[in-house]
Amino acid sequence: MSETPLTATAADPRADGSATPPPLLEVRGVTKSFGHGRRRLTALDGVDVRVERGETLGLVGESGCGKSTLARVVLGLERPDSGTVRFDGTDPFTLKGKELPAWRRRVQMVFQDPFASLNARMSAADLIGEPWRTHRDIVPTAPARERRVRELLSLVGLRESDAHRYPNEFSGGQRQRIGIARALALDPDLIVCDEPVSALDLSVQAQVLNVLSELRERLGVSYVFISHDLSVVRHVSDRVTVMYLGKVIEHGPTEDVFDRPLHPYTAALMSAAPTLDVSGRERDEEIQLRGEIPSPYDIPSGCRFRTRCWKSEARCAEVAPPVVVRDGTADTGQEPHEGLCHFPLGTGPMEA
Amino acid sequence: MKSSTLPSPAKTGGPALEVEGLCVDLRTPSGTVRAVDGVGFSVRKGRTLALLGESGCGKSMTALSIAGLLDPTAEVTGGSVKVAGTDVLRLGRAGRRKLAGPVLSIVFQDALTALNPVQPVGRQLAEPFRIHRGLSRRDAREKAVELMTRVGIPEPRLRARAYPHQFSGGMRQRLLIAMAVALDPDVLIADEPTTALDVTVQAQIMRLLRDLQTERDMALVLITHDLAVVAQRADDVVVMYAGNVVETGPVAEVFSRPRHPYTKGLLDSVPEHAVRGRPLPAVPGSPPELSAVPSGCVFQARCPLAGQRCAGERPPLLSVGAARSAACHFSEELDRV
Ligand SMILES: Nc1ncnc2c1ncn2[C@@H]1O[C@H](COP(=O)(O)OP(=O)(O)OP(=O)(O)O)[C@@H](O)[C@H]1O
Ligand SMILES: Nc1ncnc2c1ncn2[C@@H]1O[C@H](COP(=O)(O)OP(=O)(O)OP(=O)(O)O)[C@@H](O)[C@H]1O
Ligand code: SF4
Ligand code: SF4
Ligand SMILES: [Mg+2]
Ligand SMILES: [Mg+2]
Repeated sequence: MSETPLTATAADPRADGSATPPPLLEVRGVTKSFGHGRRRLTALDGVDVRVERGETLGLVGESGCGKSTLARVVLGLERPDSGTVRFDGTDPFTLKGKELPAWRRRVQMVFQDPFASLNARMSAADLIGEPWRTHRDIVPTAPARERRVRELLSLVGLRESDAHRYPNEFSGGQRQRIGIARALALDPDLIVCDEPVSALDLSVQAQVLNVLSELRERLGVSYVFISHDLSVVRHVSDRVTVMYLGKVIEHGPTEDVFDRPLHPYTAALMSAAPTLDVSGRERDEEIQLRGEIPSPYDIPSGCRFRTRCWKSEARCAEVAPPVVVRDGTADTGQEPHEGLCHFPLGTGPMEA
Repeated sequence: MKSSTLPSPAKTGGPALEVEGLCVDLRTPSGTVRAVDGVGFSVRKGRTLALLGESGCGKSMTALSIAGLLDPTAEVTGGSVKVAGTDVLRLGRAGRRKLAGPVLSIVFQDALTALNPVQPVGRQLAEPFRIHRGLSRRDAREKAVELMTRVGIPEPRLRARAYPHQFSGGMRQRLLIAMAVALDPDVLIADEPTTALDVTVQAQIMRLLRDLQTERDMALVLITHDLAVVAQRADDVVVMYAGNVVETGPVAEVFSRPRHPYTKGLLDSVPEHAVRGRPLPAVPGSPPELSAVPSGCVFQARCPLAGQRCAGERPPLLSVGAARSAACHFSEELDRV
């Protein structure tokens, strides 16, 4: 592809034989396209993502930018056209026989659509306990399973008596929580959460998010957290990756990305987030993006954001933007903050 | 524009939608339970009412009963739902069908199952224009493409031929919104219409809805967990808890000074106020089981103010100031906790 990818890390730690373990998840240069009639749509275009052990990576970006597609690639549900996925150093797409279920156990997903992802003919208890049928060792006996189902239900704020109800007897948010309980059932190392709390009111959302962060502290579970709710992403993530039209355009420590965005798209996204302020109805500092969302069948030349960018100049159409790096200022250490832009935003207060 | 013979709110001048004492019972294996218990509210033309409440409190059930689309296991057992003065609960199936689309329309909470998986989305979007407006296949298709453009789907002409599974979650949600507003309804009930949308697309959808409200005087019932959207978009709020309305009023007043302990707990859970790495504040406990809703106040088990009186006596929804009401025996004391 024409643009320089944002590289997540320096050298591969395995190559020099050092003792540093590889990241839990490392996605490099992943590209995926879909055919629609005679045309092809590029859903992912050279995406790099990295998740360390015990870390939560927030993944944000416009509707349709490729977040769920990336999640499906990470889960091995969709094979990329090119690029690599490494989970704990191994490529899940090369696994065979018994290795595959063993790997599946370690990576779980909370699906974006809680309705479609639950089998309507199974009770909540069956849905949550189903994974144990292939992984018998996890909760071996029937009484233990029953107990564990009850435990998982109460973790996500449902009742023991809900175990025997079917998906159509639950509200939207209750179904979403069954999906979460199901993902927790196998004690995975990584959970890819695709809009996991979007159907929950703030209080139940808080309860579920607290459970997720507790698991992370207690068991070192890592998360990829996809959400449109920026205040939630900010609260749970150590690092944030921002995508636009199939490409990572910015990533870095959460505070840096939120408070000092490099990329104009990130800045626009942050400014458009509605706030709870009930006094001033229309806020004035919102950066209104002009223009239509460009077609993923026909990605703009140079910088893909240029058709909507208020800082765009001639160069943006001609030359692919370079990677700009700014030192992380957050207390997360030396973690770099990188963006893809010819004219990145300054370090002062946000210039719009 | 509208071929329907039903009175339109423009002629009658009253509220566009008026719900009173709505009750919905559910048949479960262990007996009948009440999921919606005497819910009432009204929305005027061009106004927005937000319906708030904990997951499972009966918001979708309320919306579905207004639209006449409840599951067979659920039944409306009381109350009235007046659209432009006509009680739609008393209408027969044919009368309802005439209403659906041009007068009363709903955006379902679950986008994927509300779309037909085996039909291209363009055809699904064109259908209302063929049925209600009698447009030709070609013209209806043009209308469908126009709608897809309005909700921000790139390359709508090409995309009209695609099936629901080929769209992203947020795109499917936008298709559903497009379908619901196709016939410029007088009343739109939108159940979590923007949960799968990023803030910029969400803003675009909200602008579309606002345009429909100002151009066509559409009344909007917005069910959402997004309090920021409510703060910016709604005129009034109705807060529900365990099938009951516990507080109502203008949004600015309710948000700045809630008069029911549940509303207060909900507002205190906003993550913006929380410190990263610390647990988020939540209302402790969980709502009562529908089969065991207490006889006194429905919120008593979780209420920091609960007293003797709350166990024995269900607080009625009473006026607590101009255009405001709350169902709490001690709503005056709330400012002190
Ligand atoms: N199976 C498929 N066939 C064809 N196109 C697809 C398929 N799955 C996804 N796409 C397309 O790929 C693009 C990215 O979709 P994806 O679901 O990854 O977006 P997303 O970032 O998750 O969006 P949202 O926030 O709306 O859920 C979209 O344009 C979508 O229409
Ligand atoms: N068939 C059924 N049998 C028993 N209980 C049911 C049935 N269908 C729904 N319920 C219960 O009715 C209550 C109301 O559900 P409803 O879908 O209206 O909630 P909601 O307020 O829309 O919640 P959410 O915000 O999670 O979508 C829920 O507690 C749900 O568990
Ligand atoms: S490269 Fe140019 S068009 Fe792209 S984001 Fe930067 S300023 Fe805008
Ligand atoms: S009536 Fe009593 S229990 Fe109910 S909300 Fe008021 S103080 Fe709390
Ligand atoms: Mg998605
Ligand atoms: Mg609902």
